[in-house]
Amino acid sequence: MARSTSRLPWGRVHPIVRRAALALLIAGVLLGLAWSGKFQRSTEVYTLVAAVLVLFLAKYAYTGLWFGLERVGVRNARGRWQARSPFLQRAVPPVVISGVVILVAWAAGLAPDLSLIVLLLITYVLYLLPSRWRGFAVPATVLALVVAYPFFIQQTNYQRFLFNLPVFNTFPSMDTMVSMIIFAMMAIGLNMVVGYAGLLDLGYVAFYAIGAYTAAWLASPHFAAYGISFDFGSVAEPAILRVGGIHLSIWLVLITAGLLTALVGVIIGLPTLRLRGDYLAIVTLGFGEILPQVARNGDKDGLGFNLTNGPPGINPIDPPGFGNWLSSHAGLPASYLSEQGVYVNFLTLMFWTALGLLLITVFCSVRLRDSRLGRAWIAIREDETAAAAMGIPLMRTKTWAYASGAFFGGIAGAWFASIKTGVFPDDFFFNISVLILCMVILGGMGNVWGVVAGAAFLEYLNLEGIANFNGWMNDHVFVCDPSKQDPSSVISGGCLNAPLVTFGIYGVIIVLVMLLRPQGLFPEQRRKLEFETGVHDTPIQDETA
Amino acid sequence: MKEADLVTEAHVRPVKARRDLGARASQAIGLLLVLVVLAWLGVNLVKAPDNFGRVLLIGVSQGALYALVALGYTLVYGILELINFAHGDVFMLGGMITASFVAQVFALGENPAFGSLIAALLVSLAAATVGCALLNATIERIAYKPLRSAPRLAPLITAIGVSFILQNVAILWKGTRPVSVPISDFSAGNGSKIFSVGQVVYTSDRLFVILITVPVLIGLVWLVKFTRQGKAMRATAQDKDAAAMMGIDVDRTISVTFLVAGALAGAGGVIFAFYSTEISFGTGFTLGLFAFTAAVLGGIGNLPGAVLGALLIGLIQNFNEGLGWYAPGSKWTESLVFAILILILVFRPQGLLGERTPEGA
Repeated sequence: MARSTSRLPWGRVHPIVRRAALALLIAGVLLGLAWSGKFQRSTEVYTLVAAVLVLFLAKYAYTGLWFGLERVGVRNARGRWQARSPFLQRAVPPVVISGVVILVAWAAGLAPDLSLIVLLLITYVLYLLPSRWRGFAVPATVLALVVAYPFFIQQTNYQRFLFNLPVFNTFPSMDTMVSMIIFAMMAIGLNMVVGYAGLLDLGYVAFYAIGAYTAAWLASPHFAAYGISFDFGSVAEPAILRVGGIHLSIWLVLITAGLLTALVGVIIGLPTLRLRGDYLAIVTLGFGEILPQVARNGDKDGLGFNLTNGPPGINPIDPPGFGNWLSSHAGLPASYLSEQGVYVNFLTLMFWTALGLLLITVFCSVRLRDSRLGRAWIAIREDETAAAAMGIPLMRTKTWAYASGAFFGGIAGAWFASIKTGVFPDDFFFNISVLILCMVILGGMGNVWGVVAGAAFLEYLNLEGIANFNGWMNDHVFVCDPSKQDPSSVISGGCLNAPLVTFGIYGVIIVLVMLLRPQGLFPEQRRKLEFETGVHDTPIQDETA
Repeated sequence: MKEADLVTEAHVRPVKARRDLGARASQAIGLLLVLVVLAWLGVNLVKAPDNFGRVLLIGVSQGALYALVALGYTLVYGILELINFAHGDVFMLGGMITASFVAQVFALGENPAFGSLIAALLVSLAAATVGCALLNATIERIAYKPLRSAPRLAPLITAIGVSFILQNVAILWKGTRPVSVPISDFSAGNGSKIFSVGQVVYTSDRLFVILITVPVLIGLVWLVKFTRQGKAMRATAQDKDAAAMMGIDVDRTISVTFLVAGALAGAGGVIFAFYSTEISFGTGFTLGLFAFTAAVLGGIGNLPGAVLGALLIGLIQNFNEGLGWYAPGSKWTESLVFAILILILVFRPQGLLGERTPEGA
């Protein structure tokens, strides 16, 4: 059956011809669509066509360059080039490529942006550094740029410091950056369960929800209805404090939320962790569906006791801050919301605090991975039977993986609830679990930095990227008539409404990554080997467990 | 197993005794739970027998619908040990195909004659079963087949991705608003009376569900038990390597299994579209999970088990939503069903009728 499809002698055609044919086909389809009136005939469409051709043929252009040089009469061009110093070989090609790009851009009338050139220069210097320095310099530079990011983005004319991204238009706003960091924390937490210990958790959103609701219980007027009134280091407004309820300092709330969530993780894990991988996934999915429903129904009607205040959620939660005592003794801001500076304002403070929490999470995650416990997780992931034979207590180790993963999910949830000053049950759908899982898979299961990158990218797409991309498509590619647009359908009146299919895009990402690059974009070396050479895991068609 | 034989009886006995105690305790708790549920049902029956009968009939119809979807899960799990997350969404697309046929080709809204209703039903049944079967087999070829030798969780994660893709295909096709199917004799609560016992009326909408489900189930049993292809499917499910050595084309058998599962999901989609008259892109996800729970309840991989589990889940859902005396109500349905799923997986992973599986020990 398979043979009948490959009757064309594709295998015998030279790969260059194959690629060129494919590229021309795609370009032809795009051009045809543009000329049929479905798309605009704009410069961007032609640029897109050109980009497709270049991307497909770049590798062969490089080979062809050497081939051409040798044809012209330069003898053994490649060999002579390779005899040069390794430094030149590393340093020259990027300069040539960027020179060509700048020339083409200049010829097309596009002035190269100063900030873009500075960023490219920084990248180039990092690229040229010896590898023993690069290991330190790259994270340090990235961290410095991220810490300074509020000063770039919050300029009144930020064009001076930041350029416009192609297609995606703007850099992420401060709100989006905070979300990206919080989701990166959750992704690292999930990575401990999925990436290190190899246990698929499809209900991670439950831990996020528990963290958020803990913040709501411990730092809001919610329990005032039951006559409870308690205040310790909180930064709530006097009017809210007068209502009553529990008001703890946010830092205590974060730790409590983490511990409570870890405890719930243990309670969920103890009976279920002895199940095999896919059954465990289903059970976690079940918990991930039950807990949000409890949150939706947990008011007086549903539960007889107002635990979660039902569909409207709990609102307001106290904003983050250090409280009056630390403010007067250590000069720290009492409440984040009272900071209203141009550069250092509440958004900046939330961003920096979230960044600090993220760094702590990354540190804990890396140290845990290299600890005795983390090595036990990886051993279980690779071969459960062998790990048990080596004396690793399976249940205890898996439960610890669950508890640690849940701990960071809880902290992230509590921080999110605190900066949003509210918690709403509709934030905790199965979609979010899959989004976080997608972050882990895209970044590379097991690799902390890859997971952070995956989380930042996907959350940017989620909040701004797809909407910006959609706007670009409607401006430059589609023949869009907004007056005829139907907000509930994806393509109507010639307009695209891509945000509707955001989760379809994640689905495509998941499937493509699993099929083409199962180790993720930035794989951990060990995990990559597992996917390439296989592990002693029960393959799916094998009955012997 | 072999290693266990080497251990002497004396060493084994205390462990065995403890396990027996644990098993007996969980059996006792399970029995207690069942008794409480039965007592609750009994009180409800005595208090409002008419309502009880009505709810029972709705539950059986809904259970029959779940059975069609649950069988797809069980078939695929039996042969690949893969939880096919995308199955519920294939079912949903079957409903969408039906909705298109009924609304656009037959225009039932303006033309409510019984003959055209039957014609619309038969045509959409054919289109949805064929379409869903081909879709399901294509998904297997593209997304699952390359991952047969990958770590166990890889195809499961891929299946989740496929599920999201299918939901968004439905959004692309029909938009985010629910698609409605014109109300007919086959819609829930709108059927005409066939016979009645006391105050309990048996209506055509209930009959319609049974009339489609039962022949499909009989056909499935015939296919699996009495045909050559069914024999190949059973052999492949037992041991792929041995089946291949006996000359069975394993890839082809797996494709056929996905075809059959897709056809069942398509038939389920047709019933759902006619019966509930409204279908949206998210319908398949929840209903698929309920059907999966049904398959697990009956014992996954076990065909009669899936039907039994589906009937039970349909009854439980409708008792929960319809009974008057101390029923948690529809807003707890999902929690209830998933709680059953978790309890079954933790305490009796082999299900009610299933074989003892490795993960149960």
